[in-house]
This record gives sequence, C-alpha cells and structure tokens, in this order.
Amino acid sequence: MASAATFLEQLRQNRVWKSIFRRGPALTNRTRSLAVFGNLFLHFLPVKVREKSLRARATYYLGSFSFLLFLVLVISGVLLMFYYHPAVPQAYRDMKDLRFVVSSGVFLRNLHRLAAHLMVIAVFAHMFHVFYRGGYKPPHEFNWAVGVVLLLVTLFLSYTGYLLPWDQLAFWAITVGTNIVSSMPVIGNRIRFLLLGGNLVGENALLRFYVLHCVVLPLVAVMLVGIHFWRVQKDGGLTVKEDRERKE
Amino acid sequence: MSETEKPGSGPASPETPETGGMARRDFLNEITFGALGVAGLGSAVVTYQYMSPNVLFEPPTRFRAGNPDLYPVNSVTFLQDQQVYIVRTPAGFYAVSAVCTHLGCITQWKPEDHLIECPCHGSKFKNDGAKVAGPAPRPLPHFSIALTADGELVVDKLETIRAEQVLKV
Repeated sequence: MASAATFLEQLRQNRVWKSIFRRGPALTNRTRSLAVFGNLFLHFLPVKVREKSLRARATYYLGSFSFLLFLVLVISGVLLMFYYHPAVPQAYRDMKDLRFVVSSGVFLRNLHRLAAHLMVIAVFAHMFHVFYRGGYKPPHEFNWAVGVVLLLVTLFLSYTGYLLPWDQLAFWAITVGTNIVSSMPVIGNRIRFLLLGGNLVGENALLRFYVLHCVVLPLVAVMLVGIHFWRVQKDGGLTVKEDRERKE
Repeated sequence: MSETEKPGSGPASPETPETGGMARRDFLNEITFGALGVAGLGSAVVTYQYMSPNVLFEPPTRFRAGNPDLYPVNSVTFLQDQQVYIVRTPAGFYAVSAVCTHLGCITQWKPEDHLIECPCHGSKFKNDGAKVAGPAPRPLPHFSIALTADGELVVDKLETIRAEQVLKV
C-alpha cells in the first residue's frame, strides 16, 4: 500500500542513502540522466533508448541473456570454488563430494554446468542475430570484433572448465584438444607444452586450467564485456530494423 | 498509443484507484519486490547450508593412547598427533590439552623446569594444567580418559572433566 512508498521516501531522506546515491528521486529528465551517469553499474546503459530497440524482436534479448548466464556462472562458480581443490586426485573426490555430500552441491554443480552449455548456445545465437541484422557494419566494426573475442573467451572458459572434474571424459577431452593445438605448424608443440605445463595431462595441467578458468579468462571476459556494453551506446545504440510499417 | 490521454486523466487510468484500493503500479511493485525478497531469503538460507560442510576430514577427537604400561609413573608424554599430554602420577592417569588457552598455540613440556610452557606469549602451566604465569585466562582443560575392554587408554577430546578426576589403573 502507501506504506511501501512512504518507506521508500524515508529511505531516500536517510543520510547513508544520500551519501551513496547523492541524488533524490528521479523526477525530471536531468535527475534521471544524473542517476545513470552517477552509478558505476548503470553508466554502461544509455540515458535514452529508442523505443524500437526495446522491442523483443530487436535483439530477442540474446546479449542480455548471455550476460545473465555469465553472472549465474560467476556466482555458482565462486561457490563451487569453496569446495574444490585443483589437485590430483583430490579434484575428482571434491567433485564427487559436491554431488553426494555437500548440501545443494549437486544443484550448484549442475547449475554451473548447464548454464555454461546454455551460455555457449546463447552467445552463438547472439552472434548470428547480430550478423544477420548487419550489426558488424560501420560504426559497429570494433564492437563486432570485441564480440568475436568474447565468443572465443566463452569457448575457452567452457574448455578449461571441462578438465576440472578430473574424470575420464575431462582427461581425454583435454588430451585430444591439446593435441589439436599441437598440430599448429612450428609453434604448436610449444603452445601445448606451455598450456599443459608439461607433456602429459597431469597435475600441472589441472592447476593451469584451473587458474585460467577461475582467474585469467573471467577477468578478460569482464573487461571485454564492459567495453562491449559501453561501445554499444558510443556507437549510437543497437542496429535496429527500419520501420517498414509506416510506408505501407 | 494515443497522445491525448495523459496518466491520471481518464476514469479507467491504471494510476488512480477507483475505490480507495491499491494502485496497479503499487500492487505490481509490492508483488515483485515481495517475490524477490522471498527468493533472496531462500537463497541466503540455502547458501548458508551449502557453506556448512556435512563431512569433515579432520582427525577423530576420540583416540586410543595405547597400553598404560607405556607411560612410566611421574611422566608427562606429549602426543604430537592429538596435541594432548598423557600425565601419569602415583595417583593415576589424566589427559591434559596441549593447546594454550590464550590464543591456541601448542605448548611444550619442559622437564627441566617441570612446567608446560607456551612458546608464543610465555604462559606457564603445571603438569596438571593449572596456570602459573602468563596471559592465559584459564588452566589447560582435562579430557575424559578411560580404559577400553582390552586394557588400552582411550581419550575423548570432546569431553572435558574436572581436574581432580584421575584414572586409577
């Protein structure tokens, strides 16, 4: 009822609230813009959007959905890290413990796994949609390139995460995958050696893939996602279809 | 959408309740934030449960300390793995914690001084755990000690007993 509204009003008068958000209620266009500019998380978003780009068929929310899945993966992944040791053979035991012993462990593990599968699908769908919309054309070329790198980062995240359960599937997938890497001319074997930290898929490889999966690649992804979002508005908003209905 | 209609102007506007009830916007806001609150609270509970381990890989607190004949009379024996002193006096056996009651350092038995001494902040205890000097707030606790059916000492670190209680063998 009105109580919720008055509570919100009182909260806005609170000194702590004012020190964090600085501005009062966003009632005018100016204060609305300032609310977006003055917030680290919101400043990625445009102050104004065209109505067309809010329609479902403008994007099918594929980019937002990919980002949502990324957030789900970060949160569930950090929680899984509390129980996982990247060591042989403890890694496999920890994975089994998460499935059978830890409360909600099986839920978090499956959430992480399924969200990862879904994110690969969502990112691909996002890429195809942007491609068929012509979203790679000027002035969006740079953001298209950032998006392609983000697709690769997503795939690398999936691939490095694949080794971490340390089961037969993981072991042979990484064996096969790194052998594909080594088929690169001249530098292939060297890259495989660096990736595995040796010649075999062993303890070093597990630790390296863990660090890549939990630290390096997520940091790269967060940075590129930031640039990606920011460039959408700097490049003049989404690529939307011209309205044909008006001509008819 | 028509440009002439402004919010709050028509009789069927969603902004104004017709009969003193709740505005549609307030209703939707409360439903949404209520649902988010319930979901958030539930996630917090489930996360708390997840973060409390169900199985611990810690050493057992109840352990066998071997045959009583291993310990000569008037001796203090430090059991490294369990961090417990097995003390044998003419009166009998007792088990004293080796963990300092100050900040949890592992104490050492100094036979030359006949004292248990903590290396961290200099607390000193007698061999029955009574405090002699230092910042330790309490004496070292005694753990329950008993004999098994086959005549071995067994100590339970979860159960503390009064210092006067001694196991006679």
